[in-house]
Amino acid sequence: MKRKLNVNRNSAVSYSIVIALYIALSIMSASGLLGRKYSSLLVPVCCYIVAAIGLNMNVGISGELNLGQAGFMSLGAFTAVIVAGALNFHGITAPALVLLICIICGTLVAGFLGWLMSIPVLKLEGDYLAIVTLAFGQIIVNIINNVYLGIDENGLHFSFVNNTLQMQPDGSVLISGPMGATGVKTASNFTAGFLLVLISLIVVYHIMYSRNGRAIMACRDNRIAASTVGINAVAEKTLAFVVSAALGGAAGALYGMNYSSFAATKFDFNLSILILVYVVLGGLGNMTGTIIATTLLVVLPEMLRFLSIYRMLIYAVVLIVIMIVTNNQAIRMKLKALRKGKAGNGSGKGASVNG
Amino acid sequence: MAEENRQPILEVQDLGIDFGGLTAVNNLNMKIYPEQIDGLIGPNGAGKTTVFNMLTKVYQPTRGKIFLEGKDMEKLNPVEASHAGIARTFQNIRLFYNMSVIDNVKTGMHNHIRYSNFDAIFRTGRFRREEKEAQKEAEELLEIFHLSQYASLTAGNLPYGQQRRLEIARAMATRPKLLLLDEPAAGMNPQETEELMAMIREVRDHFKIAILLIEHDMQLVMRICEHITVLNYGMLLAEGTPQEIQNNPEVIKAYIGD
Repeated sequence: MKRKLNVNRNSAVSYSIVIALYIALSIMSASGLLGRKYSSLLVPVCCYIVAAIGLNMNVGISGELNLGQAGFMSLGAFTAVIVAGALNFHGITAPALVLLICIICGTLVAGFLGWLMSIPVLKLEGDYLAIVTLAFGQIIVNIINNVYLGIDENGLHFSFVNNTLQMQPDGSVLISGPMGATGVKTASNFTAGFLLVLISLIVVYHIMYSRNGRAIMACRDNRIAASTVGINAVAEKTLAFVVSAALGGAAGALYGMNYSSFAATKFDFNLSILILVYVVLGGLGNMTGTIIATTLLVVLPEMLRFLSIYRMLIYAVVLIVIMIVTNNQAIRMKLKALRKGKAGNGSGKGASVNG
Repeated sequence: MAEENRQPILEVQDLGIDFGGLTAVNNLNMKIYPEQIDGLIGPNGAGKTTVFNMLTKVYQPTRGKIFLEGKDMEKLNPVEASHAGIARTFQNIRLFYNMSVIDNVKTGMHNHIRYSNFDAIFRTGRFRREEKEAQKEAEELLEIFHLSQYASLTAGNLPYGQQRRLEIARAMATRPKLLLLDEPAAGMNPQETEELMAMIREVRDHFKIAILLIEHDMQLVMRICEHITVLNYGMLLAEGTPQEIQNNPEVIKAYIGD
């Protein structure tokens, strides 16, 4: 029973933090308190949080290093661009509907490719798996970097060579090689981002605290023992990998619908590493920590802008300090004791007053 | 104990395995009957754990056959062997160290919980019902193994003796027909060993399963086992009741030397 309470508390903390942040930031944004610079970060923060929650499913819960999350994000983003282009061309322009369809398609495409990839990839373990996911991320970026895609009344036109799309005059170019997506009608907003974060959290928590969630963690802790209690490690790791990829796709779709144009190189290796940093600093398997770490680390470089050329230097120092603090047993114990002391004071105030 | 008319739950015929040029186990024949506690003993390196690894299909035998309830196990992998009804513990404990004690047990029930991911994500009635049942069953198992007070503790933080008991509890959660215990009393003090023996008997009586155990503690083996198989250099040296084994000159020679 106790364990069950813990579980509910864990997820309840995450949900309340997300909801509280949403309300606070919405009010601040609407009243102009946030300023344009930070307001423009609201949707990207939601994207990174969703991608990071997904990655944590793979890295933290399943224990497999994945260096290609940005690849799944770009799949989601460019799927969204194509789907939105097609919808717009056929006269469907209601932003909420377009965004919903785009996110669903982005999730499905990334999830499906994740599943396809998992067939050969999950035969590997540890470093080898990390290398394959790294390569996957690079390949996706380089392929999309060379894609020219447009739509007209005859349907989609696709080419790897510029100026060979041969479109009707009423057509529009959706993806233009190294320029990336062009002429996207933006549809994302903070509320959509908030809802996506909440849904991702619910999905991840509900899988974590279920039969398959336990099996995924069991395979992480001891694969041999897991097989002797009848758990198929490959199937469980596939599930974690696909959920991770699908959430990456959803995050990418939201991201893609937030900018009128963006290039494939946006989703390069650096972004994969950045998201991995959010996950590691937030804590492996710790979703609340991931949300907080992502928010802070996306906003931090903006806040440090006044340092001009020393900005990234200080950013790195802050990263190191956070790592030291969160991994230091002594400091953690102290924090724990502080929290316990607070709780004790709350319930037993009379005693402390008497003392 | 082994009456002729009883059907053995496990039958091993001419089992053997080679690692490269080394023959680890050869020509092993064994029969294990339901609701019987069997011992598998032998000097170090006799091939006892190798036999366990073949029975659970971690190793594929080079020769011979294994029948569980008359069914050939040749094509099964470790996961399917578990589904077929063989559960085990390990010589060096293998728990899910970062999971809670009760979750370790629930993980053992993986194949008895049937709800899908859809049920899990949408928290359907089926999910709630089956999780509630799993919780109840896990609590009962922890009760039997005197682990109730540790239910929410992380398994890695359990004291050694409790870790061994948790491993047995997790194995029992798979609802096996045959339980293999690899040195369950290793590292235990005499009092813990005494408790363990009572627990093994209780498990047999409560769940009506067959148990095969490897153990170096001869006192434990002689007191608890109803039938004993002795291995030496990967070959069957002797088998019989504890009295027969104790008085067998071949066995004494293998253990003490000439």
